[in-house]
Amino acid sequence: MDWLRAWMMPPQGSEFAKEIDFVYMALFWMSVLLFLMIAIPSVYFAWRYRYKPGRVTPHQTHNTTLEVIWTVGPLLLCVGIFFWGLNGWMKYSVAPGESMEISVTAKQWLWQFEYPDGSRTINDIHVPVNKPVKFTMTSEDVLHDFYVPDMRVKHDIIPGRYTQIWFTPTVLGPHNFTCAEYCGKDHSGMKGNLTVDNDADFAKWMETGGTEWEDYFNGKDPKKTPADWGKITYERVGCNSCHTTDGTKSKGPSWKGVYGSMVQLNNGTSVLADEAYIRESMMQPQAKVVKGFDPIMPTFQGLLKPNQANGLVAYIESLK
Amino acid sequence: MERAVTSGARIGDRPRPKKNYLNETRGFKSWALTVDHKRIGIMYLVGTLCAFLLGGIFALLVRLTLLTPAHKIFGLQVTAETYNRFFTLHGAVMVFLFIIPSIPGSLTNFVLPLMLGAKDVAFPRLNLASFYLWIVGAVMAVSSMIIGAVDTGWTFYTPYSTTTSGTVTLMTAAVFVLGFSSIFTGLNFIATVHKLRAPGMGWFDMPLFVWGMYSTALIQVLATPVLGITLVLLMLERVFQIGIFDSRIGGDPVLFQHFFWFYSHPAVYIMILPGMAIISELIPTFSRKTIFGYRAIAYASVSLALVSFIVWGHHMFVAGQSQLATVVFSALTFLVAIPSGVKVFNWLCTMYQGNISLETPMLYAISFLMLFAIGGLTGIFLGTLSTDVHLTDTYFVVAHFHYVMMGSTVTAFIGGLYYWWPKMTGRMYSEKWGQVSAVIWFIGFNATFLPQFILGSRGMPRRYYNYLDQFQPLHVFSTVGSWIIGLSLFMSAAVLLASLRKPADAPDNPWGGTTLEWQTSSPPITHNFEDQPVLENEPYDYRPKAVTH
Repeated sequence: MDWLRAWMMPPQGSEFAKEIDFVYMALFWMSVLLFLMIAIPSVYFAWRYRYKPGRVTPHQTHNTTLEVIWTVGPLLLCVGIFFWGLNGWMKYSVAPGESMEISVTAKQWLWQFEYPDGSRTINDIHVPVNKPVKFTMTSEDVLHDFYVPDMRVKHDIIPGRYTQIWFTPTVLGPHNFTCAEYCGKDHSGMKGNLTVDNDADFAKWMETGGTEWEDYFNGKDPKKTPADWGKITYERVGCNSCHTTDGTKSKGPSWKGVYGSMVQLNNGTSVLADEAYIRESMMQPQAKVVKGFDPIMPTFQGLLKPNQANGLVAYIESLK
Repeated sequence: MERAVTSGARIGDRPRPKKNYLNETRGFKSWALTVDHKRIGIMYLVGTLCAFLLGGIFALLVRLTLLTPAHKIFGLQVTAETYNRFFTLHGAVMVFLFIIPSIPGSLTNFVLPLMLGAKDVAFPRLNLASFYLWIVGAVMAVSSMIIGAVDTGWTFYTPYSTTTSGTVTLMTAAVFVLGFSSIFTGLNFIATVHKLRAPGMGWFDMPLFVWGMYSTALIQVLATPVLGITLVLLMLERVFQIGIFDSRIGGDPVLFQHFFWFYSHPAVYIMILPGMAIISELIPTFSRKTIFGYRAIAYASVSLALVSFIVWGHHMFVAGQSQLATVVFSALTFLVAIPSGVKVFNWLCTMYQGNISLETPMLYAISFLMLFAIGGLTGIFLGTLSTDVHLTDTYFVVAHFHYVMMGSTVTAFIGGLYYWWPKMTGRMYSEKWGQVSAVIWFIGFNATFLPQFILGSRGMPRRYYNYLDQFQPLHVFSTVGSWIIGLSLFMSAAVLLASLRKPADAPDNPWGGTTLEWQTSSPPITHNFEDQPVLENEPYDYRPKAVTH
């Protein structure tokens, strides 16, 4: 009967999926049986006791034994099903301590993800296979719901609160995720891809952004420049939340035209914005703070991989 | 076809009185200012059926939009915004303007006082006020669609509903007014059942229809005020930004869901209990056999009403309520299955060894048994915590509640309409075409909603404009089913309206029913009975008279 399960349910991508599908199929067959227990008598009686003029029907008012049986019987069945469902749900509710934690910010109508090392993605996540992964989620506007059908997990995302789900992916390859709580116009377009990688591919993806950049890093993709990679990094690690590239002032100075210029610092001195200065600003941001800005930038020492730092320098240089 | 009537229950036809409630007075004013429960029932019937038509048109539009991934209806492009409005208006119109007021306002208004042997409801003017509030609410709801649009879903979840543009405030005000209409009706029925039963009619001599509607009325009176308060808060939030539900100004969106479902879960029973109440009449009448387990069914109605108040959290298993609450609500939710099962088993035992004829109302009643079985059993999947996580907010839920709301309640409503039509209008309809409509209804309903269970379990979320290509065959199936449903309803309308063209021909008791409404003429006289009826037998007594006396 596995074809029936495969027809009714999405592919099984996690341990949960197997357990939940088992409960689902058990309930399905139980329901089929109970449905037949209702449907067959109703049709059979309508035929067997079909109308004959003048027939007098027996005056059966009640039967206490029967009433007790069909009250207590279903009650016991329901208690059993409740505990079975509770058992599976307890596992779903509590994430293991060693889970990799990914932060999720949902907004109309896209998903932002942030990895423990600070890298960020939009609508696209990779996770390593057979390792528990926990999503801590919040919303910037209205209700959303993070739903990964293949993993059989789903939870609402609420503005002003943090909710969590977790699962252990077991099947390599792409899986859909989608928004399951109505959130306005593009509700049905708020979806993305979750890719389950083996450890090596996952490490490579974290390092380089995955196969799309593989050729570039192997020197086989002449169309991509270091500045292109820097631009991806600018978005992925979140530089864009404080630095613009078009000259407008944000929480930090804009990168436009910085490279090679003389920068006024808040201690009254000035410094040439060369590669050494830019690298120092990423790793030790408090060392030289630009005039007119607060010393609020966190250090990216250890968070930026060498190729990301190189890319950022190239990107900033391209903006002069 | 000769009418099937049992010997014992038959009330001999008296000469048809010249004056009845329909022709005693004439003119617009005699209807607009009437306090006759039968006329108010007829006006409610016309009104709620118009709402059914409107909601049905939106349903067909929703299904047509989903027919292909291109979302074109006869070449016209439907945008995501338009689609969101379609399903919102479909839900809001069907729930608030049709299902909740339909059976209480129309059929119950008409037959409940007759069944009790009363001249009218306890508060006839309140009854008329209830109808006018319904009209006001309906006008407000329809104007909110014409002036602007509502795209929140019928559930009005915050903070989307407090921040989106459109005429949400007017629509919620309409629902607020409709709530009072519902409260008035419920209050009236409670007082009527307590005070106006015929001499000799104790609580356990009432027809089970009355028990079901009494339970419904309890919920209408106790739960609806919470909806009113919630919607007032929602309107204040939209207009004055007071910060109850929107987290940006200090509120809590989950609080809205608790408030909303505290009403709207009991409201599910405002919808299903009247359906069950009708079935408890149809099955003994067409089986010509006393109801099996009278007290069990009566207690089951009241216990469903009580349990309905303590299970609202099952709408929120993944919505951010506490985990303890989730576990408790799951356990309580299973309680719903027990009285529902009791009713179904007792109905089946009533059919056992009966003398069953399959006139149109009985065909709808048997459809009810099967569709309600599917609706109820799929509820178990959603009450079970682990499977609910996967199935909630998908088409599985859509299919489940349509089996209960439409497959059960609307099926019973149509069956009840066919059952009491001769009493209400004095006309018999074409039995053959009525039966055909019932069969088409059953086929169309299952064709529309069975595929949606599969769509849901395969992971298609509800309220979705775009879907994955793999889901299209099931959507096509479902959309074709919706046309079959439309065909059946169109046939029913034609069958019933055609009967009005001929002179009154219905006997007082065409089905051989035992309850008091069949003892008066068809259609009844303005004051219901020539003489005050006195109850002599227990309800549903189909023994030949010679045995009882």
